[in-house]
Amino acid sequence: MSDVGGKELRIIGFLCNWCSYGGADAAGVGRFSQPTDLRIIRMPCTGRVDPLFVLKALVSGADGVLVSGCHPRDCHYSEGNYYARRRLEVLKRLLPMLGIHEDRFHYTWVSASEGARWQQVVTRFTERIHELGPMDSLDPELAVCAIRELGGENGQADQPAPASGE
Amino acid sequence: MSQLTELKEAIRKALPDLDLVLGWREGYDALHAPPYHIRRQEDLEHLVFGPMCVNNLASQLMHLRGKKVGIIVKGCDARSVVELLQEKIVNRESLVIFAMPCKGVLDVKKIRRALDIDHAREVHFHNGTIEITSGDKTSSVELKDVLADKCLRCHYPNATEYDHFIGEPVEPRVSAEEAAADPAMEELAGMDLTERFAFWKTHMNRCLRCYACRNSCPLCFCRDVCLADSRDPHWQSQETSVREKWMFQMIHAMHLAGRCTQCGECERACPVGIPILLLKKHLNAVVKDLFNYEAGIDPTATPPLFTFKVEEENIKEIEL
Repeated sequence: MSDVGGKELRIIGFLCNWCSYGGADAAGVGRFSQPTDLRIIRMPCTGRVDPLFVLKALVSGADGVLVSGCHPRDCHYSEGNYYARRRLEVLKRLLPMLGIHEDRFHYTWVSASEGARWQQVVTRFTERIHELGPMDSLDPELAVCAIRELGGENGQADQPAPASGE
Repeated sequence: MSQLTELKEAIRKALPDLDLVLGWREGYDALHAPPYHIRRQEDLEHLVFGPMCVNNLASQLMHLRGKKVGIIVKGCDARSVVELLQEKIVNRESLVIFAMPCKGVLDVKKIRRALDIDHAREVHFHNGTIEITSGDKTSSVELKDVLADKCLRCHYPNATEYDHFIGEPVEPRVSAEEAAADPAMEELAGMDLTERFAFWKTHMNRCLRCYACRNSCPLCFCRDVCLADSRDPHWQSQETSVREKWMFQMIHAMHLAGRCTQCGECERACPVGIPILLLKKHLNAVVKDLFNYEAGIDPTATPPLFTFKVEEENIKEIEL
């Protein structure tokens, strides 16, 4: 789902309060220029990021989701990001099975002092989402198209498929 | 002594110390055996065991917390029980497990496709075939053609955790490698992303949001409130759109990641036949690959998403 102007895509960022949010702030204070597609949601810790937040965002119209927290061994709560790492890795490997390109989701670690690294992460991730293009919509009427794509009801298997996650 | 007599005898002895025993009874026809609560000695006469005992009785354990319960399990059901024990949902001391070696359960949908039967009056099993009497005609079919898919690739026909094991353990039908090779999974893996996306959209479009998959699952039991029913936070709207239905299956799959024992109840319970077990099979393969873990085998193990390692061997940090 693209933005009103048509140039921007919707990217959701779940950032931990202690490291990556600080890192994003440092990038702002340092006046590093960044793409503006990212909408940031501040979390207490990446351990708070339920993988379902990411899935909910993707099915609700986000074109990409970024999760960023403290580097391993640096978690403010000691071990939140260790749990997050396991969950998010499982999630990342689930996405292709759902037909969603795994590159639409990325998790990484950025500390509060790494403003320059934050700029790099945002820029590269936004570029990648732009390469993938907007996410397929899940509007109900499109399900009917999907049935046709599979050659279901009317056997129109040769119909061009709408731009997908690939 | 037949297996059933032996089972009844074991239950007869244990029943005085128990509130109830979960088993199966004869159904409205010979192909169905609904779940059954045995509370008194005389209830035992209705108890049956065989390939028509499809239900995973472990689904009821969550609702019987605080009671002293006996449960009859097949190999796959026992894995669900083990998972419940691992998560401390049920207490081992208040549970008596009667394990039955299992040679597979029937898939009634397959029988209906293979044979033109109405009301199955009698069912007999003779080495490798099933003979069904419906009305006044008797027809037969190879058992392997009408067993549930999960049974054809079953690697755990014998319970790993039990108090009473009835009869002799049976040989697993396939090796662990063969169990992992699944034609339906391979078909899905062979699709490209567009096709897979369309595959799920098509299937999810048929979903009725009846939640039979959730209700039949022995491990899908958010204790306070299910996300699908919660109004605050409002995870799911009441719309019948593909988005909402698919989102629910994502919730179901993610909540079972690293916990699902692949008993197949979700898919069996689905009234419109959506292959939702595929998502769980895939996640199980992911969990096996990442953490070398299989759910429901070792009661003392911790499910992989309930724990962590400081250095993960199989998770590589990916730079953009």
